[in-house]
Amino acid sequence: MALTDAIVEMEDISIEFPGVKALQHVDFRLFPGEIHTLMGENGAGKSTLIKALTGVYKIDGGSIAVAGEPRMFTGTADAQSAGISTVYQEVNLCDNLTVGENVMLGHEIRGAFGINWRKTNEAAREALVGLGLGHLDPKQPLSSISLALQQLVAISRAMVAKSKVLILDEPTSSLDANEVEGLFGVMRRLRDQGVAILFVSHFLDQVYAISDRMTVLRNGEFVGEYLTADLDRTQLISKMIGKDFGTLAALGSNRGRVAAPDATPFYSATDLGRKGSIDPVDIEVHAGEVVGLAGLLGSGRTELGRLIYGADRPDTGEVRIGGVSAEVHSPIAGLSKKIAFSTENRRDEGIIGDLTVRENLILAVQAERGWARPLSRREQKELCDKYLVELNVRPADPERPIKNLSGGNQQKVLLGRWLATNPELIVLDEPTRGIDIGAKAEIQEAIAALAESGMSVVFISSELEEVVRLSERIVVLKDHRKIGELVNGPDVTAETIVDLIATEGSAA
Amino acid sequence: MSALIERPTSGPSDPSDPSGPAGGPHRTLLSRLSRLKPNLETLPTLAAVVIFIAMIVYGEVAYGRIVQFNTISNLFINNAYLIILAVGLTFVILTGGVDLSVGAVIAISSLVGVMLANAGWNPIVVVVLMILIGSAFGVASGVLVQYFNVQPFIATLAMMFLARGLASMLSTTPERLGDDSPLRSLSTEITVINGTKINDLVVTPNVLIAVLVVAVAAFVLHRTRLGRTVYAIGGSESSALLMGLPVVRTKLTVYVISGTLAGLAAVVYTSKLGIAQNITGVGWELDAIAAVIIGGTLLTGGAGFVLGSVVGVLVLGLMNVLITRDGSIPPEATTIITGGILLVFVLLQRLVVSRKRKT
Repeated sequence: MALTDAIVEMEDISIEFPGVKALQHVDFRLFPGEIHTLMGENGAGKSTLIKALTGVYKIDGGSIAVAGEPRMFTGTADAQSAGISTVYQEVNLCDNLTVGENVMLGHEIRGAFGINWRKTNEAAREALVGLGLGHLDPKQPLSSISLALQQLVAISRAMVAKSKVLILDEPTSSLDANEVEGLFGVMRRLRDQGVAILFVSHFLDQVYAISDRMTVLRNGEFVGEYLTADLDRTQLISKMIGKDFGTLAALGSNRGRVAAPDATPFYSATDLGRKGSIDPVDIEVHAGEVVGLAGLLGSGRTELGRLIYGADRPDTGEVRIGGVSAEVHSPIAGLSKKIAFSTENRRDEGIIGDLTVRENLILAVQAERGWARPLSRREQKELCDKYLVELNVRPADPERPIKNLSGGNQQKVLLGRWLATNPELIVLDEPTRGIDIGAKAEIQEAIAALAESGMSVVFISSELEEVVRLSERIVVLKDHRKIGELVNGPDVTAETIVDLIATEGSAA
Repeated sequence: MSALIERPTSGPSDPSDPSGPAGGPHRTLLSRLSRLKPNLETLPTLAAVVIFIAMIVYGEVAYGRIVQFNTISNLFINNAYLIILAVGLTFVILTGGVDLSVGAVIAISSLVGVMLANAGWNPIVVVVLMILIGSAFGVASGVLVQYFNVQPFIATLAMMFLARGLASMLSTTPERLGDDSPLRSLSTEITVINGTKINDLVVTPNVLIAVLVVAVAAFVLHRTRLGRTVYAIGGSESSALLMGLPVVRTKLTVYVISGTLAGLAAVVYTSKLGIAQNITGVGWELDAIAAVIIGGTLLTGGAGFVLGSVVGVLVLGLMNVLITRDGSIPPEATTIITGGILLVFVLLQRLVVSRKRKT
């Protein structure tokens, strides 16, 4: 593969957002007829790099060349007209239209009487057949086919646009094993036709099964470009996680510490469930215990967290708190039972961007006290002083609008918001998502310390390593139901959980 | 009569129809109807057609003289302007937006038109100007929505107040179009079929304009990329953007279409009535929206047909006829019945949407 052959060449790319260096001096090359995986932890800059290439984000430094020519795209449409198509994790099609209409949107074949639907549908069928989807009728509504097929329809769109570069951003996260195989078949077929494919996935197995080369990013920085054959998994993981691996591993000291089996758990629920969101689940959390909820995106882990707190109303199940039967049907009820919930959706459900750090921090305490008894300035200041220092929020300025803080520091303020209510059980949904590794370590330390001090923690994360590192027990979820529960120990690793999810899938 | 009822669900909604958009041939009607069956999106429009037929049957049985040429002729002649307005709003609502300014645009446009015509301006220039006034308001709404990120409701509400205010500044008394004005020729009655006594099938140029507008609109929506983009935006604007469709241009265009058609509706209305006033068209935007919704277009966008909106207008028009014929229902109650019908249709749409989610 000579350099001159590269269809996409990105050199020295840097992108900065307020307070965050999203990408620093990243190089990336993509060749025709290869499947190239972009690897990195959450927040490493994979999506940012893709958005830089397709022109969604403006680059602050560096150069992009496509087919040898310097290019700077103004957006997805512009990139697409230059032959770069993107298929996202969330299928971006119109489900009010038919399969054929979706495939051909913007490329309909026109004649003297406007769009010639017969020819257009034929072209759609051809594109579908080209990907081995001959069984799909272009005239059937998109909403009538599965998500996996919709993903493939999105890819056929790219083929109709005669794309030379296909970007697949986490296309497999909602597919089952067979569907993934189908997708891989299509990808191989396209690769053999000379299409350059950029693939992003969290699943190491998939990456090793499909990719020819990989580029590793860490914390917005370029780590290296490798042939898949030259890099084994351990090497890859250490490159993704970097030197901080050691410090994080040290946190696992208290794992495997199981509460006395006869003690009454602080929180226990039997058959806790809600129609359409999660099947009935049994779960117990003892005082001073971290229970991890592990599962893929959409497995029901967030839904379970919300039920425990009362953010959603459960339809079934019995909840006992401290051994006493209780009803937790609303956030207010959750708060009064000393349960707190920190959302995974930091920007929309967590922070209120235009309010200051102080105002964000006191929100939950104030809500619990009610509007009639406002916190005095002095009380507010005490709370701020305490948690800004304890959680090491930087800058420690309570009067700064929270939107100007980095993601990690926003997350610390949110954690502080809930800790200020003195909860006995805190549900943390993805508290470390999309933040830099330093803040990640600090938050993990804070969680371990909380458990040490006797608080019960339900910890939800899509990073299995993190769940294994922090939890004493791990509840594994899949397809909106609980498929197992692991007591953490030296022989439990992320792979154990992956295996459990995988085998459960093939058995079902 | 039958052609009128079949069209909304057959002709343009069938992509493989080779004979063009407005010509709904009857030969394969049965096969088409069966093909439409599983498609939930046509259900509200079909329901509108069914209600329309039921109203005709009820009217004929209860009061008589409904299924006859002059009733049908009057239905179209009296509602030509509303058909044109509803077509414009169909475009906007299909993208998930709304245009509240069209009623007020009619007021300003028709006032300007009548005053200029009375001042002796060339009638063609006057008509073009009246239409362009509508386009200008459409451009303004579109720019506000698209480039200043104002919500369609607010942007077009602002345009509504602006247009109404300008109309009031021009005149607060009814302006009468001269009896000899060439503009009036647009409402000349042309007898197509000479029936017994006064029972003639009559059209006016205004009706022909409305029919032409409907035909062109159906063509644009179903046979051009612009039309497909309108549906795609209504389905999911973010998806349409990511698919690389010209979302910005298209959203701007739908407001221009709606404004322009409001200008054209002003021409049609003025030529028929011969009077323009600053309070002309109060609430017509809501009548048009009601017609579009009754015709089966989803208020959230993405699904619906222009011909459905025409049926919606006819349902509202026929309802007025029936209430007049009945005599025992006070005319003041008309809006209550309109509201009731609207509610039924919105509930029907909710049902369709929730059914779709489940599949």
